[in-house]
Amino acid sequence: MKLNLKIWRQAGPNAKGRMVDYKIDGVESDMSFLEMLDLLNEKLIGKGDEPIAFDHDCREGICGMCSLFINGEAHGPDRLITTCQLHMRKFNDGDTITIEPWRANAFPVIKDLIVDRSALDRIQQAGGYISVNTSGRSVDANNIPIPKKDADMAFDAATCIGCGACVATCKNASAMLFVSAKVAQFALLPQGRVEAAKRVQDMVAAMDAEGFGSCTNTGACEVECPKGISLTNIAILNKEFLLAQTK
Amino acid sequence: MTILKTSVAKKVAMALSGLFLVVFLLLHLAINLTLIYPGKETFDAAVEFMGTNPLIQVMQPILFLGFIFHIIMGIYLEWTNRSKRSVKYVKNNQAVASSWASRNMIWTGLFVLVFLALHLFNYFVPFKTQDVSDHYALVTGLFKNPVYTLLYVLAFVLLGIHLSHGFQSAFQSLGTPREKCNKFLVCCGYIFAIVIAVGFSAVAVYFYFN
Repeated sequence: MKLNLKIWRQAGPNAKGRMVDYKIDGVESDMSFLEMLDLLNEKLIGKGDEPIAFDHDCREGICGMCSLFINGEAHGPDRLITTCQLHMRKFNDGDTITIEPWRANAFPVIKDLIVDRSALDRIQQAGGYISVNTSGRSVDANNIPIPKKDADMAFDAATCIGCGACVATCKNASAMLFVSAKVAQFALLPQGRVEAAKRVQDMVAAMDAEGFGSCTNTGACEVECPKGISLTNIAILNKEFLLAQTK
Repeated sequence: MTILKTSVAKKVAMALSGLFLVVFLLLHLAINLTLIYPGKETFDAAVEFMGTNPLIQVMQPILFLGFIFHIIMGIYLEWTNRSKRSVKYVKNNQAVASSWASRNMIWTGLFVLVFLALHLFNYFVPFKTQDVSDHYALVTGLFKNPVYTLLYVLAFVLLGIHLSHGFQSAFQSLGTPREKCNKFLVCCGYIFAIVIAVGFSAVAVYFYFN
């Protein structure tokens, strides 16, 4: 398979970036998208050029490290997958593929296709936890009966891997889907209710302070999310936020 | 007022002001439809009621403030949201993940605003400042102008598109349990959007041809 690639190259955080054209040959249809980039990098290194920097870690769709805006979509033209799970069989011989980093002021480019997503970590640190003494005498969480429906919804929210595709795809660069998943996974469970009001207010304040946009309910985040995090979580966040004002 | 500084509270304020305007639209449509049926007498009585009823007189400035708030907040939110992505994508395939209506609320809203200004100038200002003896003739007379009627229909089609997203979006912002009532609210939103767009347009087209 021969491909034409248009890739964002940027030497550093303050350097001026630009799209660079590459031609690549010998791409197999069963390669993952990242393996295709590995192949390109080997060729670049062989020629003495600077390889393209991109984020990756587990390559199993669970760590949340890989990103990439491929042909105008976060994680490329497939659903419920991360970029590492995208295979080249989704493309055709001779295709032109545009590859860009996540674009949001809250996600500044570090180099080439790598962006700094630590803003999401800081939102998490603002309240995405429960205060439990883990001295060894803590009660087993499974001792508390929880309705199956609530447990399932909390688990679904907790499957968010924090990749930032929701921010990347949102026209407002809003992090609401991420924040709502982190709020809902606790709000739905009895252990999370204790600090629920403070959590939602602190996490929303942190989200705003990091410079993300506001949610206008376009629903693009839900479509592009590799874990299928539902917009239901955003409704839960909104409800939790309103309830918190009464406390 | 510090609560209004958070992004979520601004969404809630947009939702509440939007739903308030939705109630006004229904009332306005009900009065407009009396132009066709039962006809002139009922319409004149409705105009008389709107002009003299004390509750309506109290609600009028509140409605005006509701409009101003929804418009200014909408423009402000669009402006700030646009500033959150300084470097745009070279290729952005937005249409695969979200509806045109949801991405263009600002443009459908601004067009309706332009129409609203024209509407106030053509009808509401003469109604308030001059001694209009025949409201029925004033309203139906305006629809004899093809440009005005075309603009009127276009404004309500765009308002319908605005409402098709805005109605269900407002409930989402207010935190209604989505898993239980999302399909119902989306359905209600589409029906409401069609009723408003077709209802207002039908009156204009009817009087253009009759």
